Amino acid sequence: MSPKRVIETCLVKDLDIVAICDHNSAENVRAAIDVARETKLQVIPGMEISSAEEVHIIALMPDYEAVMSLQDMIYENLTPGENDESIFGEQIIVNELDEIEGYNKRLLISATLLPVSKVVNEIHSRGGLAIASHVDREVYSIIGQLGFIPENLPLDALEISSSTTLSQAKARFPDIKAYPLISSSDAHYLDDIGKSTSQFNVENPSLGELSKALKGVDGRSIVA
Amino acid sequence: MKLSEIIKKCNLHVVCGEDLEKKEVSGGYSGDLLSDVMANSKKGDIWITLQIHPNIVAVAMLKELAAIVIINKRMPEAETIKKAETEGLSILTCDMPAFELAGVLYTMGVRGKT
Repeated sequence: MSPKRVIETCLVKDLDIVAICDHNSAENVRAAIDVARETKLQVIPGMEISSAEEVHIIALMPDYEAVMSLQDMIYENLTPGENDESIFGEQIIVNELDEIEGYNKRLLISATLLPVSKVVNEIHSRGGLAIASHVDREVYSIIGQLGFIPENLPLDALEISSSTTLSQAKARFPDIKAYPLISSSDAHYLDDIGKSTSQFNVENPSLGELSKALKGVDGRSIVA
Repeated sequence: MKLSEIIKKCNLHVVCGEDLEKKEVSGGYSGDLLSDVMANSKKGDIWITLQIHPNIVAVAMLKELAAIVIINKRMPEAETIKKAETEGLSILTCDMPAFELAGVLYTMGVRGKT
């Protein structure tokens, strides 16, 4: 997925906000932000981090600097190893013109060495939001890996994948009702962009407004 | 089989737990997806895992497992040990990988239940 086509597809689908969340990396966030400049689309710099327990956590960060700082910390704590392109494919870094600028040789598919509580803390200390990914799935979800959501883990929201409806998820996992819930597409291919979305009642498409909507404060809310 | 006998024969290290010679092991289960362990382990099982998160204590208590063995020389998180001590749960560690440990336990007569 080239950043150009990702952004074009988001605009065709009439989205207002997209979060770019590569696995344990944010190298292509810059290009996406640059492509989306001068459009109505707000790009939230993010990352999907795999904790030591192999729980996936989405980090939504306030700005580019914050996501780069988070990426530095993640790179220092990746499970050692090099990507095998014949198995996992190329990890291409591109610019806003879809030109290849380099290849990421790190084993990004793997987990980090950081416990999930540490991942959440590191996101929060940089002003970001920590959202547990696809909690309705068995693999790489906090409920699948850890049986249930650990108490005292300050998650900002839980994400329901596009394969499950909100009401199905609530029926299957009653504990999730205690958290703000969002749906998103987890799109790995262009066709999946916008397959599942969330609507927020906010003043503008910024991370600060999203945070208020998740908390349900100052008149901001999750609509659906 | 007594837990103390397993500890001795498998060369396990005791992180926490008391009265090990009184604890009875009636079977075994191996798994790192805690949702699966909650669904399929049985009361009295010795549980082999690489997970070190505090949630393993809650799962073991819920399922009334005999003990947890953490493999590959991994150490549980500090919070995990604290919770296990509060609950009186035995946590052991092992230098072997899960496959080897399960093999040794099997030859000793410990079986998984279906």
